[in-house]
Amino acid sequence: MMRRRAALKYGAVAVLAAGAGVLGRRFLTDPGTTPEAQDVLPLPLDQMSFNLTRHDGAPTGPEQLVGRPAMVFFGFTYCPDICPTTLADIADWLHELGPEAEQLNVVFITVDPERDTVPIMRDYVGYFHPLVQGWTGTPDQIARAAGDFRVRYEKVPLGGGDYTMNHTAGVFLFDETGRFATLIDYHEPREFAVPKIRRVLTPVTEERT
Amino acid sequence: MKTCYFRPLALCAVLLLTATPGFAGAEDVRVTDPWARASIGVNRPGAAYLTLHNTGQDDVTLTGVTTPLALRPEIHLTSTNAEGISSMRRAGDITIAAGESVSLEPGGLHTMLMQLQTPMQEGESFPLTFEFSDGGTVTADVPVLGLAARGPLE
Ligand SMILES: [Cu+2]
Repeated sequence: MMRRRAALKYGAVAVLAAGAGVLGRRFLTDPGTTPEAQDVLPLPLDQMSFNLTRHDGAPTGPEQLVGRPAMVFFGFTYCPDICPTTLADIADWLHELGPEAEQLNVVFITVDPERDTVPIMRDYVGYFHPLVQGWTGTPDQIARAAGDFRVRYEKVPLGGGDYTMNHTAGVFLFDETGRFATLIDYHEPREFAVPKIRRVLTPVTEERT
Repeated sequence: MKTCYFRPLALCAVLLLTATPGFAGAEDVRVTDPWARASIGVNRPGAAYLTLHNTGQDDVTLTGVTTPLALRPEIHLTSTNAEGISSMRRAGDITIAAGESVSLEPGGLHTMLMQLQTPMQEGESFPLTFEFSDGGTVTADVPVLGLAARGPLE
């Protein structure tokens, strides 16, 4: 008993989850991981080929994002934890950037087209920041968009007929030419995230001189 | 009687803490920094966050959670794997060692509030009761912040 207590005391987080065996190596967030490590990067925007619908009902696609820097992430509006946290973080970064942020296209693409219809997206995105666009489509259209971004998602039952979605959680940054620039990891601190955004806000031509 | 062992007194003062008398373990659990985001209607699940401190001499094990706000409240764990894919599952029982604390915060553990009975309105609050293996309970009053809130009130 004493030994166990001592061991726990020195653990960073003294949580003993009964389900720890099931949770396995996925236990808690590892802030050091990035998809760059796995060599699967989003295509350049001008090589993507999907069609979706914006929250205001207008047809849209990757071509709408070329010419200005873009911030894109995937999620779903029935997500209680990761997605509102990401949207709240994004709103915070945009406020920090001030008027500079208005050059950005900020896009939230749903991985749950079954529930996230156009009116649902319209109601939802406005709560976070006026710059955030919500894109949805048919399940096939969403699958195609996710494929172009190398995003993975999966429907997981929660019991009682309810379900949640596992999904790639980072925020993708593209420069104004449509080239993938970098990823902001889930819940990355503002002091790392904001400079990454400032970098894509710097025009590519200027950057190269 | 309810001495606050942790952090600013001002913070403790706003907490409504009640522990079921007669149990050695659960009554030593203190709650700090409770908060939740407002919901849009009742169709989507909500989430509540806070920190549980075990100020006692014995380990305590959190076994469940109840609230009049939701028919199906559960403790969940969000995790993100090496490929950047986030998932969420039931956390199971959580043991808090004597003198230790466990934080429920975005991206980790959260109280998932499924089947909301009423919308979570900014400025309101709701009771959340944690059940422990010794039969004791601890109830926190959780303030509802804005939909884009990022943490507890300062
Ligand atoms: Cu959950």
